[in-house]
Amino acid sequence: MSDVTDTTERRPARTSEVRAGAPVALDLLIRGCRGIAWYVHNLMGDNAYRVYLDHHLANHGAEHPPLTEREFWRERMDDQDRNPGARCC
Amino acid sequence: MTSQPPRTTNDGHSVAELEPDPTLPPTAVPEAELERERKWTWPKILLWGAIALVGGIAWTMIAIVRGETVNAMWFVFAAVASYLIGYRFYAKVIERYIARPDDRRATPAEVKADGKDFHATDRRVLFGHHFAAIAGAGPLVGPVLAAQMGYLPGTIWIIVGVILAGAVQDYLVLFFSTRRGGRSIGQMARDELGRIGGTAAIVASLLIMLIIIAILALVVVNALGESPWGVFSVSMTIPIALFMGIYLRYLRPGRITEVSIIGFVLLLAAIVAGGWVAATPWGAEIFHLDRTTIAWGIIVYGFIAAVLPVWLLLAPRDYLSTFMKIGVIVMLAGAIVLVRPEISVPAFSEFAGGELGPVFSGSLFPFLFVTIACGALSGFHALIASGTTPKLIEKERQTRFIGYGGMLMESFVAIMALVAAISLDRGIYFAMNSSGAATGGTVEGAVAFVNSLGLTGVNLTPDVLTSTAAAVGEESIVSRTGGAPTLALGLSQIMQQAFGGAALAGFWYHFAIMFEALFILTAVDAGTRVARFMLQDSIGNVIPRFKDTAWRPGVWITTAIMVAGWGYILILGVTDPLGGINTFFPLFGIANQLLAVIALAVVLAIVAKRGRSYHRWLWIVALPLAFAAVVTITASMYKIFSPVPQVGYWANHVAFRNALDAGETSFGTAPTVEAMEAVVRNTFVQGTLSIVFVTLAIIVLITSVVATVKAWRNGGGENHEDPAVASRRFAPAGLFATKAEKALERQWAALPAERQPESTRH
Repeated sequence: MSDVTDTTERRPARTSEVRAGAPVALDLLIRGCRGIAWYVHNLMGDNAYRVYLDHHLANHGAEHPPLTEREFWRERMDDQDRNPGARCC
Repeated sequence: MTSQPPRTTNDGHSVAELEPDPTLPPTAVPEAELERERKWTWPKILLWGAIALVGGIAWTMIAIVRGETVNAMWFVFAAVASYLIGYRFYAKVIERYIARPDDRRATPAEVKADGKDFHATDRRVLFGHHFAAIAGAGPLVGPVLAAQMGYLPGTIWIIVGVILAGAVQDYLVLFFSTRRGGRSIGQMARDELGRIGGTAAIVASLLIMLIIIAILALVVVNALGESPWGVFSVSMTIPIALFMGIYLRYLRPGRITEVSIIGFVLLLAAIVAGGWVAATPWGAEIFHLDRTTIAWGIIVYGFIAAVLPVWLLLAPRDYLSTFMKIGVIVMLAGAIVLVRPEISVPAFSEFAGGELGPVFSGSLFPFLFVTIACGALSGFHALIASGTTPKLIEKERQTRFIGYGGMLMESFVAIMALVAAISLDRGIYFAMNSSGAATGGTVEGAVAFVNSLGLTGVNLTPDVLTSTAAAVGEESIVSRTGGAPTLALGLSQIMQQAFGGAALAGFWYHFAIMFEALFILTAVDAGTRVARFMLQDSIGNVIPRFKDTAWRPGVWITTAIMVAGWGYILILGVTDPLGGINTFFPLFGIANQLLAVIALAVVLAIVAKRGRSYHRWLWIVALPLAFAAVVTITASMYKIFSPVPQVGYWANHVAFRNALDAGETSFGTAPTVEAMEAVVRNTFVQGTLSIVFVTLAIIVLITSVVATVKAWRNGGGENHEDPAVASRRFAPAGLFATKAEKALERQWAALPAERQPESTRH
């Protein structure tokens, strides 16, 4: 599970560090898969809690404890209830 | 540039406001560097020469060379080369002379960052987001119906239309909304056009939303009518979505990708299971529903879905839909490139010159241009491009990639749908898309009707129709109007050549029906909800309690009104003795294009008010606005005033009323007095809606022209942009970072972690 969340946190590294011994093709494949996983997770919105947490920590300090993950997702859905977004044809 | 009053120009903010933080790296690529990038070098000349050459050859192959067949690959090459040129050249002109973005200015995502609605999003992710919000079943359906006129008119309109009109609208609405803190198109209309124009724009968008929901729902009903397999697998999406909702709420909150993959697998299982269920006698009996029953089912479902909490049904369905959208597009493109079908449909068909085609009636001009709305120019996008996306955009210069580029992508989807439709045998195409009133809904009737059309090279036999239907697991494919079944059949024939052979034909057909239904039902859910909020807001001005969105009676009443609105039109369409889609679809296109007229009218006024240096380039907005206005107003006039009953709603209305008055008991395709009365009622509703839409659009247009002329005379006008704030972050503008952008990215990456801007850290 931890490696899954990893991909949501980090943008795939741009630096082309060549690991000694590992074949370049395999390395490219792994990086490609990581990139796709990163993209899908971001697109679907898995990282929303991390975005919130980052924002909260940077702007509100420790005296206001942030929402827990479960509270956050509830809040987010209730927000959507109040502010619906359109979907096009 | 220096002579304008400062408040009317986009670069009018004083330098002090945008004074960059000297301790941070630059937030924008310096102008000198941009100037250097504009210089032509030999590799660039060769690259763009080659792209132009490929595009030229492809266009020659599809438009000029008249062989027996033309390969589908030429459509792909013509489209992609044209898009690249449009994006690289025309969109850059718009950027440089109309939008004039300034990356030193912070976007709303940065200024109002709240970690939720407003947060700077990676441009590539936002592109996917925006695309998933604008594209749905629309670009899949319109081009299929337009194939009646041959492939060339539709192809030209989709490709040229998107470059000069659709993408221009999306780009500029997105940019101007970004400059205005993400304000909606309705609010912008009120700001720029005054109270009358603004109110007309809001009322028009509400009505247009209703008609769009109704006709999309009609497409689903027609695809599912008398199809046990389709009904079973599409209704399974409801328990699947409920399961996903509960999973996300109680089991593993936030694991959206995970639950979407689970949902997708369940969806595939539902399609396979649908084949088994439909083959059993009890399954065939339970799920064999007529169209009226399905329509009522969708109406009840629409009401429940709009009052249930979002997390239970709408949000998970939306995740599934987004997941499918990206997958389907990749699959469709891959299959067409892999199979490269030969197209034998003529460039211009027998119906291109007349106005009595069996799929939709009306002459090529203007009706082709309203039949294909999504994919070329879609006014509905203005609602997405103002609102959600501007709150997430990281840098101003990215609006070209996301707004213009996102619309090009939708256009490409439309081209692929067109290719899938025209790869079908023409006899089958017309048997599927002629109304039940013409074919009688029987194989014999369809064969007789299609062969009587006098299509060259078409000799339909009953055997072809029954075996094609059997191959995809359907009882019949006669008069399956609405475009979705045609696309599904075309797709299934292409896909089975690529994967799985004839054994999977039924699976691919129902897979296509499933994703079209999924896209449409998501649009129905979300549209009903948005329309309800608009209504709550409007009623709230009179009865304040309605503004409280937590007050359940208010929610129920407004939802019921909205569902009744589109449900009424849906039922009219389903029971229409004249066939439904072919009389109602033009209304959908006209409504959507009228919304585009409204959006472009707002943009025109905004650009004129920006100052004198913009007036030379006003034609970039005026051109698509004039075209869309002429097309939609002409189409509305035909629908209101044409004396040909198949085209004019009122002509048909009067013809049927006279027949009733004369005591006749059957008239035209209506066999009974009730059917005749239904036609009289339907044409009245259609005719009235046409009048209302066109009147509202003309009001908006006039207020816009007045505002524009005034701004022209005064050399500018009031600026409603939010005050400029200096940006404190950087990101590249396009899909790929340029050399200068990479250098800046490295400078930003070298900053210590605590000084990095938010949300680039993950």
